[in-house]
Amino acid sequence: MAQLILYGLIYGGIISLGAIGLTLIARILRFSHFAHGDMMALGAYLALLFRVTLGLPMWAAAIIAVVSTAVAAIAIDRLFYKPLRRTGPTILLIASVGVALVLRHVIQFFWGAAPQVYQRGVERPWIVWGLRIRPVQAWILVMAVLLVVGVWLFLQKTKTGKAMRAMADNMDLAAVSGIDTERMIVWTWVLGASLAAAAGIMLGLDTQLRPAMGWLMLLPLFAAAILGGLGNPYGAIAGGMIIALAQELSTLVFNTAYKPAVSFVLMVLLLLLRPQGLFGGKA
Amino acid sequence: MEWGGVVGYGLFLLIYGGIYAISALGLNVQWGYTGLFNIGVGGFFLVGAYTSAIMTKGPDFSHLGGFGQPFIVGVLAGGVLAALLALLIGIPTLRLRGDYLAIATIGIAETLRLIVTNEQWLTAGVWGIGGIPKPLFSTFGSAYNAFYAVLVLAAMVLVYFAIERGIRSPWGRVLKAIREDEAVAQAVGKDVFRFKLQALVLGAFFMGVAGALFAHFVGYISPEAFEPMNATFLVWVMLIVGGSGNSKGAILGAFIVWVIWSGTEFVAAALPPALGPRAHALRIVLIGLLLMVMLLVRPQGVLGEERQVSKLLRQESGSRQASAGG
Repeated sequence: MAQLILYGLIYGGIISLGAIGLTLIARILRFSHFAHGDMMALGAYLALLFRVTLGLPMWAAAIIAVVSTAVAAIAIDRLFYKPLRRTGPTILLIASVGVALVLRHVIQFFWGAAPQVYQRGVERPWIVWGLRIRPVQAWILVMAVLLVVGVWLFLQKTKTGKAMRAMADNMDLAAVSGIDTERMIVWTWVLGASLAAAAGIMLGLDTQLRPAMGWLMLLPLFAAAILGGLGNPYGAIAGGMIIALAQELSTLVFNTAYKPAVSFVLMVLLLLLRPQGLFGGKA
Repeated sequence: MEWGGVVGYGLFLLIYGGIYAISALGLNVQWGYTGLFNIGVGGFFLVGAYTSAIMTKGPDFSHLGGFGQPFIVGVLAGGVLAALLALLIGIPTLRLRGDYLAIATIGIAETLRLIVTNEQWLTAGVWGIGGIPKPLFSTFGSAYNAFYAVLVLAAMVLVYFAIERGIRSPWGRVLKAIREDEAVAQAVGKDVFRFKLQALVLGAFFMGVAGALFAHFVGYISPEAFEPMNATFLVWVMLIVGGSGNSKGAILGAFIVWVIWSGTEFVAAALPPALGPRAHALRIVLIGLLLMVMLLVRPQGVLGEERQVSKLLRQESGSRQASAGG
């Protein structure tokens, strides 16, 4: 049980990082970004490129992959989303499904469908207070906490972060008070895509890389973002933790194969009972 | 390709194009006319296929079955179960913003795939269900595909006329009003939630029927056949290419995109086998790019939406033109 909670926290960190970007894009760009999971996968595979093909150390590969994913996200925005922005959120949503599909199969084209890993061989887990944790999982946990604190500082202390929150809160008011909305959109992509890439790399470190990894993360990501009240980045973190813990603990009762369905069921229940999200009120 | 090959391909085109067209017509009711986001088309298609397979097969110990119902009962049951599923999804999500329906439909499609993969007693899991009866197979023998093509096209025409009738009625005009501006439809006293639910359920029924027709043609179904790409995304591209909000467009798009999709398969098959999986990925990238280009360059699709005005209004504007001319 305690072991499952530990795994839940690790997985929750990964989901939260993805869900922060999703929730900010949902509020600032006003559409549900269905390619977010596949952006995670893109980051993970770019890190694989730098790590295995170019032989860089893992930390360097991860940093370059995060930056490249952010650049890719801006490029995708300019190429596909920006021209469609006037037509309204519905067309953007369909476009993002198209982008998701293209990204996933571009990955499959270059890297193949077979699962891959950053590093071969089995790590011996550490035993801490009777709990097993692999060194790489400890790293993931530390990095996730650092990134979440970093995001919090960015949103709370920097001018850009405050402007971003203002935009998420009230678009018109933000525009009237002189915030450059187009520039904020670029920042939203930088933040959202870098966090997604980091989450994807962590997921790849914890398990393995598969082209479909992003698609499979989409439901937990959305469930976390909705649970936290769409548009609320802190809610998304809490939502990610709840979803991950629920998925891990569900294995005590249900077949492990149904883990992905848990987030879906939680989300539907929430939509029925409290559609504004658990933390919807406070924004 | 020799003559027999051409005829064989033509029949496959009619059958698959027709089945996809029925799915696309269903999506057109939901998205094209009412503006509902259903990204789980594959889920409804899957329910129709499995329901009809289980209903019509004789006893088989590898999965639930032994009902031995006639073909038509199976197909209708497939449609009805898909419609019931839509009802279940629609109730919690249709009062909320459109995105929630999109997310929920993806969720149900993925959950259904988990269920048919893991519940052996129900669907035989990854082994899939084989030996699905083909209606009147012994009667037609070697000309079977020709018969099935006629059957599918007849069903497609039936669905087309049913939808056209509905859409040209006051009911159809309410759906379009909801798509254009929900608040206005609400303000003139329409129960927006009920109309949306009806459109979702009706569309899902057609998707279920399409799934059933697919199952009886291929004779064997397994979870693999319902990957989101084949069962959901292709249908979306078909509708957008053909022209959403236009039933003829949905049909045209289904055939155009199926020709492109199957054509690239021929090209992929001609490549050396080592390139096979890559070529498959490239085919899907191509379809994805087709969608993006279409959205950017011609968002209304090949045909675009048909302008439909009330019969009375047309007479009035006609007489006005006449008087202006005179």
